[in-house]
Amino acid sequence: MEKFTLEEFFQLLKKYNVEELEGVRIEGDLEIEIEPGAGVDVSTINALLALTQYINLIQEFGNFLYHANAALMYLQRLSSALGIQLQLPSTTQQIQPQQPQPVTVEAKPKIPEKLIEVKFEPYKPEYTGVIEEVTLGAKKSEGGTREVTVTIGGERSLPFYTFDAEMPHMPVIAIDIFDRKPMLAKAVREHYEDVLEDPAEWAKKAVKDFGADLVTLHLISTDPMLEDTPPSEAVKVVEEVLQAVRVPLIIGGSGNKEKDPIVLEKAAEVAEGERVMLASATLDMDWERIGNAAKDHGHVVLSWTQMDINNQKTLNRYLLKRVGIPRDSLVMDPTTAALGYGLDYAYTNMERIRISGLRGDTDLNFPMSSGTTNAWGAREAWMKESPIEEDTPWGPRELRGPIWEIVTGLTLALAGVDLFMMMHPGAVAVLKEIMNTLMGNVKETADGDAWITMEG
Amino acid sequence: MKVKSPLEIYRYLPQTNCGECGYDTCMSFAAQIIERVVKPTDCPPLVRDAEKDEKVKKRLDELISLTSPEILEIVIGGENTVKIGGEDVLHRHELTFFNPTAFFYDVWDSLDDKEIDERCSKVVEYKKFYVGDFLTLDGIAVRCTSNNPERFKQVVKKVAGYGKPMVLISLNANCMRAALEEVAKERPLIYAATEDNWREFLQLALEFKVPVVVRSKNLDKLKSLAKTFKESGVNEIVLDPVTEPIGEGLKGTFERVIQLRRTAILGEDKDVAYPIMVTPISAWSIEADEISKAYWETVIASLFIVKYADVMIFKSLEPYSIMPTITLRYNIYTDPRTPVQVEPGLREINNPTAEDPVFLTTNFALTYYTVESDLTSGNIKGWLLVLDTEGLGVEVSVAGGQFTAGKVKDLIKDTKIEERVKHRYLVIPGLAARLQGAIEDETGWKVLVGPMDSGRIKGWLEQNWPPK
Ligand code: B12
Ligand code: SF4
Repeated sequence: MEKFTLEEFFQLLKKYNVEELEGVRIEGDLEIEIEPGAGVDVSTINALLALTQYINLIQEFGNFLYHANAALMYLQRLSSALGIQLQLPSTTQQIQPQQPQPVTVEAKPKIPEKLIEVKFEPYKPEYTGVIEEVTLGAKKSEGGTREVTVTIGGERSLPFYTFDAEMPHMPVIAIDIFDRKPMLAKAVREHYEDVLEDPAEWAKKAVKDFGADLVTLHLISTDPMLEDTPPSEAVKVVEEVLQAVRVPLIIGGSGNKEKDPIVLEKAAEVAEGERVMLASATLDMDWERIGNAAKDHGHVVLSWTQMDINNQKTLNRYLLKRVGIPRDSLVMDPTTAALGYGLDYAYTNMERIRISGLRGDTDLNFPMSSGTTNAWGAREAWMKESPIEEDTPWGPRELRGPIWEIVTGLTLALAGVDLFMMMHPGAVAVLKEIMNTLMGNVKETADGDAWITMEG
Repeated sequence: MKVKSPLEIYRYLPQTNCGECGYDTCMSFAAQIIERVVKPTDCPPLVRDAEKDEKVKKRLDELISLTSPEILEIVIGGENTVKIGGEDVLHRHELTFFNPTAFFYDVWDSLDDKEIDERCSKVVEYKKFYVGDFLTLDGIAVRCTSNNPERFKQVVKKVAGYGKPMVLISLNANCMRAALEEVAKERPLIYAATEDNWREFLQLALEFKVPVVVRSKNLDKLKSLAKTFKESGVNEIVLDPVTEPIGEGLKGTFERVIQLRRTAILGEDKDVAYPIMVTPISAWSIEADEISKAYWETVIASLFIVKYADVMIFKSLEPYSIMPTITLRYNIYTDPRTPVQVEPGLREINNPTAEDPVFLTTNFALTYYTVESDLTSGNIKGWLLVLDTEGLGVEVSVAGGQFTAGKVKDLIKDTKIEERVKHRYLVIPGLAARLQGAIEDETGWKVLVGPMDSGRIKGWLEQNWPPK
């Protein structure tokens, strides 16, 4: 494959006088749109098209496995795709830290000859509570057709504090798919371009290529403001997706208060036995109907509130006490706000909920889910450049977007999230890598001293 | 802070309610100490009496130690300074975090001078607008990779010229001494005393009176180093439990950092109640390409911005590395006790005339500054009405009832906007669309529903202004 740097790219554009071409818009760093019917020289169009295809091609990457270095591998590909700084450091010198040279210091009496040796005794907190374990998906023996199931929760300590108590399950990642083409940031969209019209293929890609542990199917076409697909029609997609993949499924509505309960009820029916998660019951919807749909068909329900610990308690209680949802069938979504756009609220709200659960509050000791995809709403993730003139330039958004989703997710992982709903494959890979690391699943280590003396 | 109630503090105060501190009563002053808004030394009579009377002096010292933060607070830098440590709690909702993690960026002395200047300028010039202010970077870390005292000294001097706080990095005491002879008055943080070189570094810290990092992966050793330094008269100590960049090493780092901070605060172990250093730059010693290393550096940094690092050393100066970490730091260190808000009222954007549009937004700082900067930088002339929604954003306040048509009516009246413009068109945020009718009824103005995102106002105006 030919190598290509950003600089060369821009030079090429210059060569074709792109800035002056009418009807050709260059959006951001790598996005080129040619408006139909624009009077542009054919050879130029061809050159530009070749270029876009080339970029699409190199940004496509299939079938990579999740092993310890998946994230880094991904990033390597991303960087080569973008043609930025390709240097692969096979030659990286492992510089050993220099031994400090013996110095002759006139030891004044103040400097002791020997260290005062003391022991560090770590403080050990006690938590009485335990987070409920919830299993999503059901295998044949359990009445479903899933080949794998996913269990979350079970913590007895703060997230990844495995030195306090074992953390039985690593948090899992679901990739969002939709039953119609949604609005997506370009950096996300380009990874799904070929499957946007086909939820079943989309689900396959999410699982096979991008390593999703589960899939979240959003039935947004049921929105009365969009296609207003009737529930019986919409749930056909549920069946298709269940056929297409063997991982557990999460089913979401459109967010429409009147329609979601009917849609989710129907979805619960067709997914009978599969132990899906219905997303979501909220206080301003008919939560009772959604809760009953989950209970009657053996599914899990997502209890979603808007950043308010007391509302979360209330809704959980309603679902547990009034509907009678079993304790192993409830997951909470306390709402995710993106980095820079309320993440402080989201983090603290979740952290408080988790601590309350660990301290024995049985209205709040349930696993948590996060709509981490919200990170793409942040301007820093998608805007081509800063709207503020005085800002230091923001740099290529292809690199800002994924890291925005990663940092949003990682922060909330530290607050106690057990299930992430995400979209960018690179962000999924990196978040998995860091969680695997914190779980102790990544064995290799590297020198913590090398940086002190490395040159470069 | 050991005390939890103002009453416990009140006992130590003069109890005259003289008001010199700016508060009406000693009791309210005591409450402000608890909130860490003021310090005992902000009570002038107490300080004056302590100078004269040994007994009062003792009382003041006792109060200071009772009310000082759990984690030692340290100031790095000469003319420009950055404060680190000073934390009191493990979770921000328990009070707040106080001194944001200080970000230092790497230069090394085997670089040529031009590149050093380039990197330093990037650090000094970096800025990112966020809720009303520019976020900036704190300082420069200079590593001695030449192992040559003369070169290190020269480079450190050059870097000092940029006026930013510094961390000096070399395990070689000779190199460190050479640098300190040049810049000790800038009060750099020196890095690092280890099991091997601690005697020399102890000497340097005492002689040059600079804060020092003690470094060990073994927490017994780390604590022993800190204790030895403290007992030898060094007061400003930073702990580096060694950042290992990947795998089990990184997991171990996570554990060490948490154990240190938790044991300091809950276990009340004063020997480890010091600021913690984490070095995301370690990511650059792994085998990968530049973007991967920069990403991984950001990941390590994020982990420890959330969990307890007080000072960090970074290498990547790429905007995609800096932006997420600097934003996360701001978010985690925002005081959760007070929503960040601005004064409600009327703002004039780009010298508007009586023909220009009137916009409405809320007084949540994030909302206000986003809108204001979009208008200003888009060269849009207009009048911006800022509604008091108690510091809440548009959608939240519409949903929560702080954004109402009645309040908009009052705002129009109070700001006398009707005397400033000839038209009666109000542009409201797209997310407040449902209030369109109610605002028209209350105010008699014609209400235009603007776009969802204020970044799109410019394009929207081209289509919709002046109204037909
Ligand atoms: C952070 C947040 C909170 C924080 C609020 C912090 C604060 N100081 O505002 C807290 C935790 C307190 C909170 C509470 C609630 N929240 Co809330 N919250 C959010 C969240 C995550 C982000 C909102 C935000 O800050 N956005 C960023 C700011 C900058 O956006 P903004 O103010 O809208 O400004 C933009 C635009 O409006 C526009 N704009 C602004 N001004 C102008 C002016 C003009 C002229 C134009 C054209 C455009 C324009 O441009 C701006 C920049 O893009 C959203 C979900 C989400 N991801 O959006 C939910 C959300 C807004 N919350 C919601 C709800 C329901 C609530 C609660 C009522 C729930 C509850 N638990 O009781 C409470 C209400 C509290 C109250 N009012 O008393 C819902 C609202 C649903 C609805 N449409 O009615 C949302 C959408 C979540 C959801 N998906 O359901 N919330
Ligand atoms: S200055 Fe001191 S004595 Fe006077 S009111 Fe304040 S706290 Fe009390």
